[in-house]
Amino acid sequence: MDPIKAAMLKRSRSAKLEQRGKLISLFCISLIVIVVAAIFFFVASRGLATFFDNKVNLWSFLSKSVWSPAVNDAHGNPQVGALPMIVGSFGVTFLSAVVATPFAVGAAIFMTEISPKMGKKILQPVIELLVGIPSVVYGFIGLSVVVPAIRHVFGGTGFGILAGTFVLFVMILPTVTSMTVDALNAVPRYYREASLALGGTRWQTISRVVLRAAMPGILTGVVFGMARAFGEALAVQMVIGNAALLPHNLISPASTLTSVLTSGIGNTVMGSLENNALWSLALLLLLMSLAFNLVIRWIGKKGEMKR
Amino acid sequence: MKTKVITSKDVHLFYGNFEALTGIDLDFNEHEITAMIGPSGCGKSTYLRILNRMNDLIPGVKITGDIRLEDQDIYAPDTDVVALRKRVGMVFQQPNPFPFSIYDNVVYGLRLAGVKDRTTLDAAVETSLKQAAIWDEVKDKLHDSALSLSGGQQQRVCIARVLAVQPEVILLDEPTSALDPISSTQIENMLLELRDQYTIIIVTHNMHQASRISDKTAFFLQGRLVEFDDTKKMFLTPKQKETEDYLSGRFG
Repeated sequence: MDPIKAAMLKRSRSAKLEQRGKLISLFCISLIVIVVAAIFFFVASRGLATFFDNKVNLWSFLSKSVWSPAVNDAHGNPQVGALPMIVGSFGVTFLSAVVATPFAVGAAIFMTEISPKMGKKILQPVIELLVGIPSVVYGFIGLSVVVPAIRHVFGGTGFGILAGTFVLFVMILPTVTSMTVDALNAVPRYYREASLALGGTRWQTISRVVLRAAMPGILTGVVFGMARAFGEALAVQMVIGNAALLPHNLISPASTLTSVLTSGIGNTVMGSLENNALWSLALLLLLMSLAFNLVIRWIGKKGEMKR
Repeated sequence: MKTKVITSKDVHLFYGNFEALTGIDLDFNEHEITAMIGPSGCGKSTYLRILNRMNDLIPGVKITGDIRLEDQDIYAPDTDVVALRKRVGMVFQQPNPFPFSIYDNVVYGLRLAGVKDRTTLDAAVETSLKQAAIWDEVKDKLHDSALSLSGGQQQRVCIARVLAVQPEVILLDEPTSALDPISSTQIENMLLELRDQYTIIIVTHNMHQASRISDKTAFFLQGRLVEFDDTKKMFLTPKQKETEDYLSGRFG
């Protein structure tokens, strides 16, 4: 065989390296997929046991408001109504997003459009710092500052959805702000130039072109913030009061899916109804974060289609 | 003798310490197309952007000289930049429609000015899209995104957007350099139609385009205005050696 043919038939060193690289990345990605699938399977198998093994009705799980898995009611049925936690979780999530969004958009406009120098020098580091603070610190500040303040102003214990909203507002503010900043920075300069050249003032340009063009990105930021608020456990648990009751108002003690999970999961026996019911809450959490993810993707796609 | 709409005397522009324009004297007549040609980096676009103060957006720029729109000093401290830009519209090199519908793009400037009346807006859309020679192509899809159009159509929508504000002067910064020859021809024909109503100043890379459509041509080189004359005269009998070299393709 002539040497050229031999060389062509033999696999080269770089071809082998390529193959090896592919294998390594395939291994990594399949590991991640397996872990995610295993988590889903585990949570689902435990969480669904409440409905299949313990014969709890799905609808009553979602709609009843008495959460007391250890005690059966007069008819001997388990009392696992998750409505108070669902209301609590959605309550703090939506309220904190509603409060945080205007602040985040305002701060982001200041950082990108009005004073980019100061934004880069002062605000950017502050926001990065806020992201890095552990949630227990937020919870502690909430416990020692926000709760007493609410107690002082509105009466009651001070624990409740309002306190949770305040703490989560500060926690998601940096997330939403920095994603809004990215979205505003991604608006091409020529949109701004075109608007100014047509006789637009700076404010008209920001409100009518820049914000409108950045809207998908801003919405994605808000949903990210909501996903974070929905999943936050520790800080919320410290200020919400942890009463598995349907809240009457914003300052009555309440609970969220995560706060009930963290306080309860260590105190129940694996396989019991109490334990299974908590897994059902976890499954609900998992499905919700999946839903948030889908919403984010959907918004991203909508934004792309417009381009 | 035609009326002068824009006059400029001894215009210097500095980017930091770099002098990008070194004393330009240039006047523009009403209802004429003036072309500005020259190799890349000669200062022709920079000069164009002086006329509606778009250079204000760039930090570190210093402009001296006397630039007037009719009798008004464009760079006087009390000049209303927003009002100036309504009188001196601009079309950019890259078609840059907003990511809105065609309709919303065209009425953008009017809405900024506070026009809300639906019939006025509708009429303005039709008139300006017709002037921009694109009405027939888009009249059935005014509420589709302007970004779904081709590059040449986008550029004509951008021109319609400027026309809707009814400026006196239209600045065009290489409006066809990103377009195919057919779209370029359409835009050139449209500019010839618009000449009777507007004063048009166009920067172009393409000297054939300048010779086809302009009444006057200004040749820039390294921040200087080398020659400014009637287009026919300049292309047939250039006075300066540099102009002759550039027009005959010896450099640039």
